[in-house]
Amino acid sequence: MNTVFYTTIGYILLAPFVGGLLMGLDRIVTARMQSRVGPPVLQPFYDVFKLFGKDKLTVNQFHNYYLVCFFIFILVSGSMFFAGNDLLMVIFAFIVADVLLILAAYSTNSPYSSIGAERELLQMLSAEPMILLSAVGLYMVTGSFKVSAIVSCEKPLIVYLPGVFLGLTYVLTIKLRKSPFDLSTSHHAHQELVKGITTEFAGPALAVIEIVHWYETILLLGMIYLFFAFNPVLGVVVVVFVYFLEVLVDNTNARIKWELMLKSAWMVTIIVGGGNLFVLYYVLRL
Amino acid sequence: MTWITFLIIFPLLPACLVLLFKSVSIQKWVVIIASALICIGSVCLALTCTQAEAQYFRVTPDIVNKLVATGDITLALVFLYVCRHLPLKRYWIPLLVVVQYGAVVWYDLSGRVPETTHCLFVDNLSVIMALVIGIVGPLITVYTIGYMEKYHEEHPEVPDRRDQFLSAIFLFFSAMYGIIFSNNITWIYFFWEITTFCSFIMIGYPQTEEAVHNSFLALWMLLLGGLGFAAAILYASSVCGTVDLRQLLTMKKSVVLLPVLLICFAGLNKAAQFPFAKWLLGAMVAPTPSSALLHSSTMVKAGVYIVLRCAPVLHGTAAGAMVALIGGLSFLAGSALAISQRDGKRVLAYSTIGNLGLIILCAGIGSHLTLWAAVLLIIFHAPAKALMFLCVGTVEQQTGSRDIEDMNGLISRMPLLTIVMLIGLAGMFLAPFGMLISKWVVLEVLARKNPVLPMIVIFGGELMLFFYVKWMGKLVAVTGPQPQQGEGIGIEWSALGGLAVLTVLVCGLFPFVGIYLIEPMYGCDPMLSRQAIRAVAIMLGLMLLLPLGFFIPRKDLVHVDLYLSGANVTDPHKFMDSMGTARDCSFKNYYINKYFSEEKLFPGALVGSIVLLILMFSMEKL
Amino acid sequence: MSFIKKSPWMFHYDGSSCNGCDIEVLACLMPMYDIERFGVINTGNPKHSDILLITGSINRQNEDVVKTLYGQMGNPKVVIAIGTCAASGGIFAECYNILGGVNTTIPVDLYVPGCAARPEAIIDGVIQALDILEEKQKQRKKGKVTK
Ligand code: SF4
Repeated sequence: MNTVFYTTIGYILLAPFVGGLLMGLDRIVTARMQSRVGPPVLQPFYDVFKLFGKDKLTVNQFHNYYLVCFFIFILVSGSMFFAGNDLLMVIFAFIVADVLLILAAYSTNSPYSSIGAERELLQMLSAEPMILLSAVGLYMVTGSFKVSAIVSCEKPLIVYLPGVFLGLTYVLTIKLRKSPFDLSTSHHAHQELVKGITTEFAGPALAVIEIVHWYETILLLGMIYLFFAFNPVLGVVVVVFVYFLEVLVDNTNARIKWELMLKSAWMVTIIVGGGNLFVLYYVLRL
Repeated sequence: MTWITFLIIFPLLPACLVLLFKSVSIQKWVVIIASALICIGSVCLALTCTQAEAQYFRVTPDIVNKLVATGDITLALVFLYVCRHLPLKRYWIPLLVVVQYGAVVWYDLSGRVPETTHCLFVDNLSVIMALVIGIVGPLITVYTIGYMEKYHEEHPEVPDRRDQFLSAIFLFFSAMYGIIFSNNITWIYFFWEITTFCSFIMIGYPQTEEAVHNSFLALWMLLLGGLGFAAAILYASSVCGTVDLRQLLTMKKSVVLLPVLLICFAGLNKAAQFPFAKWLLGAMVAPTPSSALLHSSTMVKAGVYIVLRCAPVLHGTAAGAMVALIGGLSFLAGSALAISQRDGKRVLAYSTIGNLGLIILCAGIGSHLTLWAAVLLIIFHAPAKALMFLCVGTVEQQTGSRDIEDMNGLISRMPLLTIVMLIGLAGMFLAPFGMLISKWVVLEVLARKNPVLPMIVIFGGELMLFFYVKWMGKLVAVTGPQPQQGEGIGIEWSALGGLAVLTVLVCGLFPFVGIYLIEPMYGCDPMLSRQAIRAVAIMLGLMLLLPLGFFIPRKDLVHVDLYLSGANVTDPHKFMDSMGTARDCSFKNYYINKYFSEEKLFPGALVGSIVLLILMFSMEKL
Repeated sequence: MSFIKKSPWMFHYDGSSCNGCDIEVLACLMPMYDIERFGVINTGNPKHSDILLITGSINRQNEDVVKTLYGQMGNPKVVIAIGTCAASGGIFAECYNILGGVNTTIPVDLYVPGCAARPEAIIDGVIQALDILEEKQKQRKKGKVTK
């Protein structure tokens, strides 16, 4: 009970720091890839604190409320993950959080936000199957959906689940909203949707979205870590490497259309992820 | 035993009363009191009859069997009577009637149908079904009174035959109770065809050309299922030597698989699985309460119920796997097709097909754990789906449209109704509400199986999420001050409110339902660990508490208009075009007709499911 | 320390400019000058930004647009007029449809002169605007306390 309590608290307190730092590094690395200097490492924190100090602009009385729920559900999802709870529940809570963000955007009734919301839905439609499938894959190997059991599993999961891992890495780009899958909103300047799903959120509301993004990132990277949990050092290295890969992909790819995103993601899910599970089921008889 | 007889026979009384008394106010009170009594009856049944072992009741007097036989003949005559004006020269409909009834009645009269002593029984599955029928159903009935009142004001061209409609509903209840408590498949068959008849009456209610057309469509498709049932009876009585459901299900699989598959065929048909999905879609022309009834607590649930009953035989057989795949296909196709639909009721219809597909999938596998999940799905699906239908019906009456695009900004126009609707929608797909809990259970169970099944569930669930969220998005869009609508909702509130509470309540109560009702049937549940229940509890608590946060006053908010690239005008939802005139800015949801339209997917789903059906019957030989 | 100085997000609006100043503004974001060093992000959305950069003069068509965009920025905010056109109307000042510089429509905090304004000058302008921003933030906080 106590460890559960501490990991939960630890996640809630530490994730924003780690996540924020990661974003800062992300921005520097991105800048270096574009042969720029880039902002300071702590820039994401400056941004968020600044946003908290700005006017609380709202379009209507509802959307901030959805955002608060969004924040809370991400916390629930993340804490459940790091407390070693049921992985499926974690993912479902994560989906609820995402849905709340989409509802917030819809509730503004603004064309930019709404199209962003619609695209975010498409992103979910593309990415979530793979995420759920990886939970199933992890279950097939470890025999449990509980994160704690998966982490303490002795087997090198990556050896059993290389396809699932690849698929998860693929949809990670979609979940992190990085190019070429930054359809709903983007970290980069100026796009045809203005800021897509976040267009109408300003000041503290935007800060909340930013912080949630940190939490989200840590949670998703946590899922990547699961595959290497048999060797923590290797796990962390791989997580860092995967994130670096995301940044690289982000900087070397132009955005694609949603159709390609949906098709490719489902293709990867079915062929790479599903294929992996079939091999497990039929060849290895797990 | 008393309660069972009460539940089967009592609904016939109000069914006759509403036909006798034409006065609307008397009908209203008859309906309200009868609904309350049915509800009480179901709860009492649950309180007295819940136990691990099924109880079988001897029905001694031969007269009852005679009654059923007479009923069969009467029903056949009634069917033939309604077929006197056949649209589109569908001569095969009377043929279907003649063939199946001819065979069954002939068998019966010539004494080839073996005797069954214990014709009635009750076990926990029946109790759960009785609760679903007896709680959700009466609420819909109460709603019907208010709805029909307005329906006839709005549609003066439709002849007012509301007495028949109400009477059909009560007859429906009686038949449903008959199906779930009968242990004799000839009896089940009798009640089965009554439900077919009732739905025929309801679908054809508006008497428009489309309605008549669709009612006959439903009739022949459902009679096809009846034919399967009749064949099952003949086979069971001549080869297996019994029509006792309990004995059939405990016989050797090789002997009993064919009749069970025939019954499953009838079940798939009634549950509107592909390839029979069309009748349920056609049923949308009827007044909304009948859709709610057909989709949530009765009719289609009879279909899944019977498949669920047969599940122990299906377990581990290739034919069972085919049944599961038909369910999986319906789940995928139904969810995908719903994406391209704009009509709220059609979206719901497809989602019903999808959700029932999921139940059939579980039943087809037939292991204890999947049955567990299937029962949960039945329980959670009923109130949420009924609620959604009633909401859409109310919206249609108040705003004159059930197009989802027209529901944009409903929260500004009808806040209370929208909130109820959001509860219903959340109940359909969002954690921690019912359907998602069951989907979670399903996934946990299926992960032990062949990876195809979890993948079907995952993809289908994601597609379902897509169309429900975009619908929700339309509802929550805030369009600023708008004239309020929805003053005219009267007695309907009791049903809407009741179902909304029920939707939330079943989520809170699901561990108890599991412990007291399902576990004794299917054994314990290893996956429902305390932790998971705690997670659900936390999320449910949040879902219930967070809305309170909305009432915290916020003073420091600064209101600004939408970002419209600076081209705003005084009206916040218009923009200035390049010629300096104000234009509406509006946007529509994605329907992705390119991939998910009916023309694209429906034929494929039909062909796929027919192939699976054929495989299902040919697998029986293997 | 005020965080607003560390993270000034900007938003660029093109009035009736000849496009010369716009190109220079964009040049600031490019690797050569890399204004993101100072935490500046070009958001393209008034609701997200603290600094409004306007190039070109105001005409009858865009007058309302500029007002709306300015109104949609959350406080504290500053307006920087880039180039001669934005300052006074520049070579377009006499045109039939031109109202003049940005200050004819909204209050301007800072002028960056030049035709076209050089990127160095623009960056300098933005950096100077930071102090104004901070000052405004302080005043705003005080105002809040007294309110
Ligand atoms: S100041 Fe000069 S360069 Fe800038 S917009 Fe005006 S004319 Fe063009």
